[in-house]
Amino acid sequence: MLLNMILFVPLAGFLLLLFFPREQRGAIRTTALLISLLVFVASLGLIPEVRNAPTATSYETNVSWIDYPPIRYHVGIDGLSLWLVILSTLLTPITVLVSWNYIEKRVKEFFAFLLLLEFGMIGVFLAMDLFLFYVFFEVTLVPMYFLIGIWGHDKRIYAAVKFFLYTLAGSVLMLAAIIYLYNRGGTFDYPILLEMLRNGRLALSSTEQFWLFMAFFFAFAVKVPLFPLHTWLPDAHGEAPTAGSIILASVLLKMGTYGLVRFCLPMFPGAARDNAPWIVALAITGIIYGALVAMIQPNMKRLVAYSSVSHLGFVVLGIFSFNQLALDGAVYQMLNHGVSTGALFMLVGYLYERRHSLEIADYGGVATPAPFLAAMFMVTMLASVGLPTLNNFVGEFLVLQGAAQVNFTWAVFAAVGVILSAVYMLWMYQRTFFGEVSEELRSHMHDLSPREWATIIPLVVLMIWMGTATQTFLPVISASNERTLEQTKTNVEFQVNASPSLSSQVKELLNVR
Amino acid sequence: MSASFLPTGVEYIRLLPEIILAIFGTVVMMASPLRPKESRNFLYAITLVGLAAALWAAIAAYASPGTAFQDMVIVDGFGTFFRVLVIGVGILTILISHQYLARERAEPGEYYSLLLLSILGQCVMVTANELIMLFIGLEVSSIASYVMAGYLRNDQRNNESALKYFLLGSFATAFLLYGVAWIYGITGTTNLAEVRAALLTPGLAPAGMLASAAAALMFIGFAFKVSAAPFHVWAPDVYQGAPTPVAAFLSAGPKAAAFAILLRVYATAFEPLADRWEPVLWLSALLTMVIGNFAALTQTNIKRLLAYSSVAHAGYVMVAVTTNTELGTAAAMFYLASYAFMNIGAFAVVAHISRQGEKYVQIQDLAGLGVRQPLTAALLSVFMLSLIGVPLTAGFFGKFYIFKAALDANLVWLTVLGLLNSAVAAYYYLRVIVVMYMQEPVESTDSLPPLPTGLKATLWGAAAGTFLLGIFPSLVLDFAGRSAALVK
Repeated sequence: MLLNMILFVPLAGFLLLLFFPREQRGAIRTTALLISLLVFVASLGLIPEVRNAPTATSYETNVSWIDYPPIRYHVGIDGLSLWLVILSTLLTPITVLVSWNYIEKRVKEFFAFLLLLEFGMIGVFLAMDLFLFYVFFEVTLVPMYFLIGIWGHDKRIYAAVKFFLYTLAGSVLMLAAIIYLYNRGGTFDYPILLEMLRNGRLALSSTEQFWLFMAFFFAFAVKVPLFPLHTWLPDAHGEAPTAGSIILASVLLKMGTYGLVRFCLPMFPGAARDNAPWIVALAITGIIYGALVAMIQPNMKRLVAYSSVSHLGFVVLGIFSFNQLALDGAVYQMLNHGVSTGALFMLVGYLYERRHSLEIADYGGVATPAPFLAAMFMVTMLASVGLPTLNNFVGEFLVLQGAAQVNFTWAVFAAVGVILSAVYMLWMYQRTFFGEVSEELRSHMHDLSPREWATIIPLVVLMIWMGTATQTFLPVISASNERTLEQTKTNVEFQVNASPSLSSQVKELLNVR
Repeated sequence: MSASFLPTGVEYIRLLPEIILAIFGTVVMMASPLRPKESRNFLYAITLVGLAAALWAAIAAYASPGTAFQDMVIVDGFGTFFRVLVIGVGILTILISHQYLARERAEPGEYYSLLLLSILGQCVMVTANELIMLFIGLEVSSIASYVMAGYLRNDQRNNESALKYFLLGSFATAFLLYGVAWIYGITGTTNLAEVRAALLTPGLAPAGMLASAAAALMFIGFAFKVSAAPFHVWAPDVYQGAPTPVAAFLSAGPKAAAFAILLRVYATAFEPLADRWEPVLWLSALLTMVIGNFAALTQTNIKRLLAYSSVAHAGYVMVAVTTNTELGTAAAMFYLASYAFMNIGAFAVVAHISRQGEKYVQIQDLAGLGVRQPLTAALLSVFMLSLIGVPLTAGFFGKFYIFKAALDANLVWLTVLGLLNSAVAAYYYLRVIVVMYMQEPVESTDSLPPLPTGLKATLWGAAAGTFLLGIFPSLVLDFAGRSAALVK
């Protein structure tokens, strides 16, 4: 009941906002804020039960939606999805506050779309039916498309259409794969399909596994985005309004990595392992390439966007290392990236609201007129760089350690990315906040307002919390990851002929642990 | 013996929708000169009553399914589904047309009468159980549509549209009729079930080739009517030139009826030849999707864009026909119903925007609609998203069922290419939304009058249908699934 409420209240909020008269901007904003806060508070109530049983599916609802083919409204939450759901519900009220004054035209539609987006995001993480998952996966496209296209910067239309087409092209083949699985297994229900794959009632040949894996993988890789499918990301981020960038970076990209962990690994372990080498190669390429390109960006938002490409490379590396530590790190890094990159986009947005420019060259010495803004930016930037005691450090460290256990070379190359991230972030920070401040800039720059404080504080607190008290978050993730790896292992033994050399190597490592 | 040639009472009931439509069609035409010059509402009301009565009759006739008039007509679930669909399309078209005709200062009487007769023809088509009946229905439907395409006779584009439609259409029907003649020559019958039985008879070896040739000839006729490649070239010109409500009607009603007969003939009479026609349909389906979608990418006129999109959607339905399974038939039925909603909705908005003399029919003329008339823009966005196939709209489930049926039938490549095609299509539909929401208002949207009632009703009806089929597809799909088993 609680879970369904969390899922459907944003949808109800979306419909409610549509009936508001458009002049009542204040009422619209307040309603959106209250609804999203309500959802956030409610979502905190999910924590105790999931912590008790992180590998079980809690708050399960399973009712028929469409009789034939049997598509079920089957939702539930477990350790893998818990924090991602809470991340989504936390960021929605924050983005409402961020957009409070920034959005001036078509206020009603903007906040309505934000709530619709929240509905889609939460749905993606809760769906236990492949078909339902696909529906939510696509539903998020529409509001995001409008957010970028209507309220974005100058090249917004190009960016919005590119975003929509890339993701859609990626996901239609996943739909084909989902239908194919249904034709073979007779159900869209994910736990049942998994069980059938596990006990061999649904045996996929290695060719089938390969193509199905590729169809799913491609859809998620576009979303992540994995190098070289990342080109939509800088455009989408660069042109989106602040709220759009935050949601896009923090949650929408995670839908890709979440899909990899949730679906690709357990369903097609053989194919996932066979293809891991080149996927890891792409991930590492992405880590380094993203960092190098970020370094030379003159535009702050694009810089942060490319840093996302780099950070998400770590996540993919962690996932395809097939190692408990690396996978824990990957999932943890999904959350970290959500918090710290979301905060970065927010702060860049605040700079933009003051100076109306995203070019780094237009800034300099901002720390003098706006010391608190500079301080918050500093913490966030250091978190993103991976400074110990801040959140990203934990995730990156786990990924690197886990990857090193599997293949030391991977870790070496990936670690280059950590160093480079320090270079581009610090350099950007230096050019923006230090040095002489021009008179013109000084007149624009005022420090954080109370509303802005309210949006940044929760995220900064989380950065420190997640960096120091990992025990709050990690055990749940770890337990569900153990199950995921167990699932891939069971399937390995069943599909033993898929790739003996590599699978035994991985198994050995798993047994060592 | 002679008594059995007289139809019994229940046979009249089975033909009741057609009878009602014929009566009302005639009454409207007769009443047209008698009514006072300034009152338009009278004929409008009669026509709507006639369609409502026909709708009721179509549903009532299904209570006693079976054949009528010496097996010439068959009332089954399949036929009833399409009868209801084409009559429903008729109602929505009338609702758009009323205001449109008033705006263009055109005579409503003949128009309504022609529309009723065209629907009559489609009802005959979808319940025809033999080839001659089918041909008669097709001709009744087509000839009325030819006239409607050129209804505003002082408009050059209308004339061009009607002439092209008429010349190419008659040419295509000639092929169809030629194919019918061949079939009659080979099998000695025109009844679908008997044709099938004859084709299944062993020892037909030399005639098997001829029968395939006849099926190919008939395919030309059908493919023309459903605007499937390579016989689709008329569609963009005709849709662009025809009055907008007529274009809406053509893209939904006659097309659905033509698909119905295509399905019925190929899945029953020509089913023994499936090995021969399936590859042809496969290729035609692929070409139709590719040509429709890629040609639509560069269009600037919204009617032409919707015309090419209509070609592309015919391609998707062709995929369903190619499967030659009951699931495919059900998917095609569902798709045609959802397509009718979203496409008529889209054309209704175009009819509203275009203004007198269809001045504003460029995509660019929609600029700023999101600001000037948020509701109209939102509804058009819903139709566009449904045409793309975004979940929770009818278009999504339509595509889903079609490609599911195709995968079931092992048409893996056609599915993959079709799905990629639908991603390409997203571009040109999105462009419409981009223009509406992301560009500043222009003259055409600044001076836009509020939505008239009839249009509003159409838009809401179409949007409700789009969402209803997108969220609870079982409502229609269950019925489609049950009636997809065609009588063989």
